[in-house]
Parts: sequence; structure tokens; C-alpha cells
Amino acid sequence: MSLIVEGLTIDHGAIRAINNVSFKVPQGQLAAVIGSNGAGKTTLLRTLSGLKEASSGSATWNASPILGKRAEDLARSGIMHVSDGKSVIAELSVKDNLALTGLWRKDKKDVKAATNEVVELFPILGQRMSQSAGSLSGGERQMLAIGRALIARPKLLLLDEPSLGLAPLIVEQIFQTIKSFVKSMNLTVVLVEQNAMGALKIADQGIVLNLGSVVLIDSAEKLLNDPAVRSAYLGF
Amino acid sequence: MTQFITAVLTSLSSGAIYALMAIAIVLVWRSTRVINFAQAGQAVLTTYIGYTVIQRTGSFWIALVVAVVSGAVIGAVIDRFFMRPIFKRVKSGPIVMIAPVVATLGLLGIIQAIIGFVWGITNQSIEAPVSTGGYKIMGTVIAFSSYNLLVLVFVAGAMLLLTLLFQRTNIGLALRASAYSPEIAKLSGIKVDSVRTLGWALAGAFGGLAGMLYIPGYFLYPNAMDLLLVLGFIAAVIGGLESLFGAFAGGMILGFAIIFSTTYISPKLFFPTAFIVLILVLLVKPAGLFAPKKNRGA
Ligand SMILES: Nc1ncnc2c1ncn2[C@@H]1O[C@H](COP(=O)(O)OP(=O)(O)O)[C@@H](O)[C@H]1O
Ligand SMILES: [Mg+2]
Repeated sequence: MSLIVEGLTIDHGAIRAINNVSFKVPQGQLAAVIGSNGAGKTTLLRTLSGLKEASSGSATWNASPILGKRAEDLARSGIMHVSDGKSVIAELSVKDNLALTGLWRKDKKDVKAATNEVVELFPILGQRMSQSAGSLSGGERQMLAIGRALIARPKLLLLDEPSLGLAPLIVEQIFQTIKSFVKSMNLTVVLVEQNAMGALKIADQGIVLNLGSVVLIDSAEKLLNDPAVRSAYLGF
Repeated sequence: MTQFITAVLTSLSSGAIYALMAIAIVLVWRSTRVINFAQAGQAVLTTYIGYTVIQRTGSFWIALVVAVVSGAVIGAVIDRFFMRPIFKRVKSGPIVMIAPVVATLGLLGIIQAIIGFVWGITNQSIEAPVSTGGYKIMGTVIAFSSYNLLVLVFVAGAMLLLTLLFQRTNIGLALRASAYSPEIAKLSGIKVDSVRTLGWALAGAFGGLAGMLYIPGYFLYPNAMDLLLVLGFIAAVIGGLESLFGAFAGGMILGFAIIFSTTYISPKLFFPTAFIVLILVLLVKPAGLFAPKKNRGA
């Protein structure tokens, strides 16, 4: 049970966004992919969730191949991607946004249970159920986007910059919440972040991406203490 | 006074038909971002199918059901085997915007040619299932009949069913989510391609209903619904192109504007009125009257 990416290369027309990237995330671990704007983080996640085609290489989840499958099928098989830009559907109510990942699930009882768990995790969502998602604050939208993913009872969670554009206090809160549910739900996670410090603090493994290539892979702890990484990515 | 009552009633029944066509256009636009010019052809084709059923069975009601169902099937087939392959192949550049629309125009021509081939191009007619003789009010016969009333009832019923489907069912939620954000819908595990095909099927069914209700007052020929397509399109844009209620309201606004200007000013104003209303609405509310609100604040 693990995510294995090997020699993955992804192009946007003439632009090579991901170049020969390999890494492995064991079941139950959280890998932080860090790198500055334009490093290829979003492109990597979009390919792992089936939204974008790869040019070459392979990716497998629990030994079954990911590449070439449709996004909706990967989602149903337990790979949930929370895309960047606080992915909620602004025109729909909070309740309807949360319902999306339960629509196709057979076990309606468990959908209900999962929804209750999400509301327990993010109580603010419970108070906003009938409001439109477009009326939520940035932090609330991020909670809604994550909550929607969790209702699918995912095994592999792909998170794209959950901290982007949020106030420092909210950022800290989001990271702590992610850390807590990842452990309690035994999720495997790829967390993509420009906020390297925040991400590495809750990660098991760190993958440093620069201009589409992996420049460093190590345990999060080692990366946090590596002087070169500190000066290049953590800013101290 | 009778003239006024007549104008109101006929506005309602004309507007209701425009609304049906507008809804068909909005359903396709919401699900695939395509302006479906072929809708006129689809609606006429299903009406010809209805016409043939009437020839065989003598029953307008069986024909109506067959027309609506075949409208749905034809819509689904067009999306699945014609539009979807185009979208799969045409992926980037300005051609993405224009290719599907041009495809629907081509399809309109093809469908009309097929109709001419199968049924000929001479005018046919469909007899209304109830009286088309105007009611009498205070001794004068007005231009509103049992048939017009039936049209109103059917359109109201269809609107009600569609609203319930969209607002109260899981399929409706999938339709709305896929329309607003196909990407988030996919990432949530919704089979967006199938949902789109369903959108085309619903639109086809509405087109079929529009044809069967519209044609009894006119003649049936391959281009019989071209005018209705233009009016439905205008009504859809007035309503904001995204909103089913907007399409309904747009149809009604157009119905009232056209009937009142042609009744009280000049019958020549039929077409100009439609475009004047469109331009006025676009000047005052460029996004249409019922475009959905997206974000908080600005
Ligand atoms: N849809 C696209 N079309 C063309 N180029 C793209 C597209 N998306 C991203 N890119 C390019 O790919 C590279 C990586 O982008 P992205 O994956 O968004 O990086 P990150 O998420 O790390 O900021 C950048 O050079 C970006 O300009
Ligand atoms: Mg990004």
C-alpha cells in the first residue's frame, strides 16, 4: 500500500513542467512537496488525480496504475484531490458542496456518518450549511473543500496549497487539523506547499521540487534541519 | 378591454413556447458550454416523428409522448456520438470556442436535409388535440383557445418537474455541479460526461415538447422551428443563459413584448421587438436578468 511515482514527465505543450520525477509515499505517511511558484507542484497533482495527461513515466497507487485513468474513476477509487484556489462550487450551498462526494457512494449510512465527522472536525461548516459556498471566507472554503474530500472516505489525499492566501493564524490551524485527521484516518497524503516550513513541520517526508525536477528527498525532520534547505526554502 | 385580456392570455401561451425553447438552449449551454443551433432541427425532427405517430395511431397524446422521448434519445445520441468526440479532439486554441458551435450549425443542416429526404419538404400539419376556437368573453370571441390553455398547463407542468429534478434530486445536484464546475465535479467522483449527455437528453425532450405544442398552430416543414430557435435564443440570453428560471422569465418577457407591440402598435414589429428587448436588457444588465451570483462581496 503506497504511492509510487517513477520517471514521471509532464508537459504543457512546449513547456516541460515536471521532469523525470520519482518518489514513493508509504501508506499512512504524509509527503510534503515544496517548491516555489512555477516549480510544477500543481501540474504533478493534476496528473496524479487524472485531470492532466503525463508524457512519460508511471504512477501507481496500491500497485494499480493511475495514469490514463479518468479523474472521476480515480476519485471513486479513493484518490481525492483538493485542487488549488480553495476548490468549492461558489454557486452551491455548503450542504450541496459536501453532498457531492456522497452522491455515488452506495453506503448512504456511512455518508451520513462521514458528514457528521466532517462537521465535528470543522464546526463552522455546520453553522453555514444553507449558505452559498461563495459567501464563505477563504479559510472556511478551504475547510469545505477538505471536508468534501473526506466524505468520500479517501485513502490517498492530494492537497494543493491549502494555506495559500490565508491569515497566519488560520494557516497554523489548517495545518494542525490536517495533521490530526491524517493520523486518525490513516490517510496517505501528498501535500503541495510553498509554505515549506508549515508543511515540513507536519510531514513525514519532504520532496523539494525546482523547475520541475526533484532536487532533494529526505525525511521532513532532516530537511528542516538542513542548513542549505533552510536558507533556500525556509528563509532563515 | 377584451383586446387587453386577449393580449395577456396570448402573451402567456406564446411566451410559454419561447420559454420551452429557451430552456432547451440553456440546458445544453449549462452542461457543455455550447450554443446548440441544431436544437431547431432536433425539435422539428421529433415533431415529424410525432406527426408519423399521429398518422399511424390517430392519437396526439401518444405522439406527444413519443416525440418527447425520441427528443431525449436524439439529444443524448448527438452528445455521445457527435459532440463528445469533437470535444475530445479539439482541446486548445480559439478553435475550442468555435468548433462545437459550427458543428451544431452543420448538424442543423444535416438534420433538415434528412427530414426533407424522409418526409419531403411540403407543408404538413398536426391537428390540435383540443379546440383551437377562441373562447367567448362578453359576447366576443378572443384569440385564446382551449389549446392555448393546454399549452400553458403543459409548460407549467414541465417547468415544475424540471425544477423539482434540479433542486430536489441527486441527479439534479450532479447536473448543477457539473454545470458550474466540471472539474470539481469530476474530482468529487461525478461522471461528468454522462451528466452532460443527460443535459442534452433533457434539452432534447424540451425541444420535442416545444415542437409538438408549437406546430399545431402553424405548419410542419423542415425549417418550421428556425424562428422559434432565434426567439428561444433571445429569451435565453435575456434570462442570463445560465438560469432555467431566467430562460422561463425571458420567454415570458419576450411573449408579452411581442404580443403587446404587435397588437397595439403594428404587426410589423414582431421581429424588431424581440431584438429591441434583447438590446435593452443587455444595456441595463449585460449578464442577463438572472445570471447567478458567484462570490461574496464585489
Ligand atoms: N495550463 C497550462 N498551460 C501552459 N503552461 C502551464 C499550464 N499550467 C502550468 N503551466 C506551466 O507549468 C509550470 C509549472 O506550473 P505549476 O504546476 O502551476 O507550478 P506550481 O503549482 O508549482 O506553481 C509553469 O512554468 C507554468 O507556467
Ligand atoms: Mg500551484
